[in-house]
Amino acid sequence: MINSSLQPKLNPMFRLQWEQVQECYVLLYPEGMVKLNGSAGEIMQLIDGNNKVVDIINTLNDKFPDAGDLTEDIYEFLSAAGEKKWLYYEQ
Amino acid sequence: MNNETQTKVGPPLWLLAELTYDCPLHCPYCSNPTDLGDTKDELNTQQWLDVFTQARAMGAVQLGFSGGEPLLRKDLEQMVKHSRELGFYTNLITSGIGLTEKRIAKLKVAGLDHIQISFQGADPEMNDIIAGRGNAFDQKFKMAQSVKEQGYPMVLNFVISKQNISQVEDIMRLSCLLKADYVELATAQYYGWAFANRDHLLPSQKQMVDAEKIVNEFRDKQNGKGPKFFFITPDYFEDRPKACMNGWGSTFLTIAPDGSALPCHSAKMLPLKFPNVKNKSISHIWQQDFAFNRFRGDSWMPEPCQSCDEKEKDFGGCRCQAFMMTGNMDATDPVCSKSPDHHLVQEAIELAKNPKEPIFERVNQRNFKGEDIVRIKL
Ligand code: SF4
Ligand code: SF4
Repeated sequence: MINSSLQPKLNPMFRLQWEQVQECYVLLYPEGMVKLNGSAGEIMQLIDGNNKVVDIINTLNDKFPDAGDLTEDIYEFLSAAGEKKWLYYEQ
Repeated sequence: MNNETQTKVGPPLWLLAELTYDCPLHCPYCSNPTDLGDTKDELNTQQWLDVFTQARAMGAVQLGFSGGEPLLRKDLEQMVKHSRELGFYTNLITSGIGLTEKRIAKLKVAGLDHIQISFQGADPEMNDIIAGRGNAFDQKFKMAQSVKEQGYPMVLNFVISKQNISQVEDIMRLSCLLKADYVELATAQYYGWAFANRDHLLPSQKQMVDAEKIVNEFRDKQNGKGPKFFFITPDYFEDRPKACMNGWGSTFLTIAPDGSALPCHSAKMLPLKFPNVKNKSISHIWQQDFAFNRFRGDSWMPEPCQSCDEKEKDFGGCRCQAFMMTGNMDATDPVCSKSPDHHLVQEAIELAKNPKEPIFERVNQRNFKGEDIVRIKL
């Protein structure tokens, strides 16, 4: 289970980058690409191996004060991203 | 083509750079053209670097270095460095022949993201007889180990044919042993040399069904661990064609060794005049060129595609396959059961049961003419 003190790390198989032409963040991997939507991009760019889940939640809640509490959404995304093996957690 | 179609054209996200058709191997499934052209027409370093810069500015993001054997280009490291700095995800697609631990390290420093190695079989006997070269398997095996030791993501590509399809389980075990990340178990695509050898390569439907069963059982036992396996079947056994290249001129741009720009690596066989990067910009080629616009949209489509409600799904199938089988590049892909030429696919499956011609090994000779074909028997 994900908890707020875990530090998600990007699976080294993937590279996250901003694509100007597509106006979105993408995850690149061998011969493939995943286009991320706006909120997925916001979360993924905070996954730097240092930020804890709680830091990501606080940062995004501060950044988007009008969006309501984002905690649920962030947990949901992180668990989906974990299943897709974009992220991993060191135990 | 009307303006409406033109403005809808997205960026060429995938750029395949075929650096040279030269290759130390002789695979009978090779999809390179049987006439390999002349090495002196190959793009030079600066021309390639320009291609990468232009394509990246248009939004290209995946870059594959392939061939032939791309390692034969001494300026490969320079090209990797330049394109990585531009922000490409860089893929090296190699036979593994000519790779050394040192070169793997140098490519890493240059910024290479991933290495794909092709194998021809699960053991030296099978592999080397298909590749037409002794010790190829041992070399590939060692290099695959080194690629993983040096921290790259690695894809292994096995071209599956009648010759090696019975080895599928061993191939999957080998892939686990080599710690591959992704594995393509792909049946040959019947272009170039592979078309000439189709009767020897095309597995029977029973062989395909058996192999697929083995693949699924193996996957079930993996428990989410080990390589991710992709089993890619020939569309000859389907009743709908594949959405070839995700649609003509929609995503893929191939640059051949001589600078010809193609919507797909086999398109050169079509009776179309393709532009060349030596005298046209990539954006002109992608957005304006007649050959690139030729099969965009659906106004070119014949019946039964024109009035078919699945035309957004498969775009009428593969133009090269339609051309090779019917002689008409506008025809509905004969793989489709609605095609009036569908019987041609049925016939090909029948013919493959008893090949009449001996197999052709790819000949690495320039300006190759049909008479020079070397016949070998496996
Ligand atoms: S398919 Fe075989 S012969 Fe053709 S380019 Fe690849 S390794 Fe060389
Ligand atoms: S008729 Fe044409 S568009 Fe319809 S499914 Fe067959 S190939 Fe695709």
